[in-house]
Amino acid sequence: MDDGTVLMGSPVAILLVWWGRRVLDTRTRLPEWDRWLDRLWVPGALIFALGLFSRNPANWLDDVYFLVVLAIGMAVSWQLRAYRPARTVALGLAPYVVASGIEDVIGKVAPTFLRRYHDSFDLVTVLAVTWLITFLFIARNQRKALAAELLLRQQAADEQQRIEAQNQDLEHLVHQRTASLARQTNELRATLTELKETQTQLIQREKMASLGELTAGIAHEIQNPLNFVSNFSEVSAELLDELAEERARPTRDLALEAELLADLKQNLQRITQHGGRASGIVRGMLEHSRASTGERAPTDLNQLADEYLRLAYHGLRAKDKSFNAELKTDFAAALPPAQVISGDVGRVLLNLFTNAFYAVQKRQQMGEPGYAPTVGVATRRVGSAVEIKVTDNGTGIPAHLMERIFQPFFTTKPTGEGTGLGLSLSHDIITQGHGGTLRVESQEGQGTTFIITLPA
Amino acid sequence: MKILVVDDEPDVRILFEQRFRREIRSGEFGFSFAYSGEEALTFLRDHPSEVVLILSDINMPGMSGLELLRHVKSDPLPPPPPRVMMLTAYGDEATHQQALQLGADDFLTKPVDFAALRTKLHAIETA
Repeated sequence: MDDGTVLMGSPVAILLVWWGRRVLDTRTRLPEWDRWLDRLWVPGALIFALGLFSRNPANWLDDVYFLVVLAIGMAVSWQLRAYRPARTVALGLAPYVVASGIEDVIGKVAPTFLRRYHDSFDLVTVLAVTWLITFLFIARNQRKALAAELLLRQQAADEQQRIEAQNQDLEHLVHQRTASLARQTNELRATLTELKETQTQLIQREKMASLGELTAGIAHEIQNPLNFVSNFSEVSAELLDELAEERARPTRDLALEAELLADLKQNLQRITQHGGRASGIVRGMLEHSRASTGERAPTDLNQLADEYLRLAYHGLRAKDKSFNAELKTDFAAALPPAQVISGDVGRVLLNLFTNAFYAVQKRQQMGEPGYAPTVGVATRRVGSAVEIKVTDNGTGIPAHLMERIFQPFFTTKPTGEGTGLGLSLSHDIITQGHGGTLRVESQEGQGTTFIITLPA
Repeated sequence: MKILVVDDEPDVRILFEQRFRREIRSGEFGFSFAYSGEEALTFLRDHPSEVVLILSDINMPGMSGLELLRHVKSDPLPPPPPRVMMLTAYGDEATHQQALQLGADDFLTKPVDFAALRTKLHAIETA
């Protein structure tokens, strides 16, 4: 530009190219251009070398080279106009390019004008260069800021990826955990079903056991009336033979014949009566063995208690012939029928009686002199409810066991002798099935009383 | 021959009185009835030396037939000691043995075969 001993334009241009490429990061942003920009220093170097030998064409070439470089710079900036630092660079270059261009043109067209005002031109040039340098610095800072921003964004993206990966892991874990919980739930459900089935079976077994206890007693109870049916039938046949004999006599004893006929009629009535007893017992037994979907019906509790007392007694006697006990009954007269499921309440009474007989038997086996085993049942009205008391003077229940006797599977009998479900089922039947209460009072070594209360 | 029948069932009386009506009418047998072991013992004490034979059920509330048997065989009663025949629904061997051990003279199962009983009674009478 100015006449100096060494050309300035080319080296500066080369420097600018180098810096511009860095600032605008043309290697990544304009790779095809960058390859050429990389070689742009070559003409510059040649021009510089030429300038060292011969001034004239070199000067002009130097200026041209410089302007070309600046123009290329503008073009590159335009290409990268989306990149803010590029816009800044372009803005920085613009005044200088324009000023230089004008200066060179005027230098060729009106050199005297140039010489006259070259101070002003120099000033403008200096200003333009200052402007360019300032803007190059701004561009560099912008580039750094953008790079920092990019780095932050990259970090954020990385963080995001990391979180995504973690989320996936967690989701996987949750999935696994859910699957294992679902498995556990199914297992528990299956176990619950199995336990419910087992409970039903055990309850059925308890019913069967108490039915078995009844069987011996019932067999005896049925045999009795059936014996009378056959005996009275046989004796009636005999009476008819005798009557036929009497009628065949020449002198008939009419009084005797009348007596025989009366006896015959009575016998037939007794046959009917005993037959009815037998069917009643069978019916009672069927009710007991039927699953408890029974409905409530008005029931004579005195009769029910009496029947089951005797059944329980015979049941125990069938197992142990030497056993006997005194049976005390105290039934309230004119006790109104109670709305109960007779099969269920019968089962409860049977259970209580069986327990009572067991207790007095145990006490008898201890060999107390003068001990008279007694089991009693008493009924009475209490307000609108009915109370049934089952008492025994057996071994009694120790105080510390009192709370446990109604618990399922609790028994003081040796293994195999009791299911432990009797009292617990009885309690459920009375309280849940009938809305009543089942209490116990006992003195160890003295005896026990169970008190059933049933609402009318 | 005086016979005491011990059974808690009241209809047993009717049965015996009809089954043995000829023997009763002819005076061959005389039947008395007790409805419990205790009643039987009271009767024996009140009618000493009268009863020749006791026909007793085993299964009765209160004193069982076997208890009664024991009392009859061991209590000091005026002689001669009556024979005791057990009539029972429990026909099992264990009960049979127990009765024999306690001194029973005979053991009959219910339902009572009255023809066989009649034969036995006649046999005792003529013995």
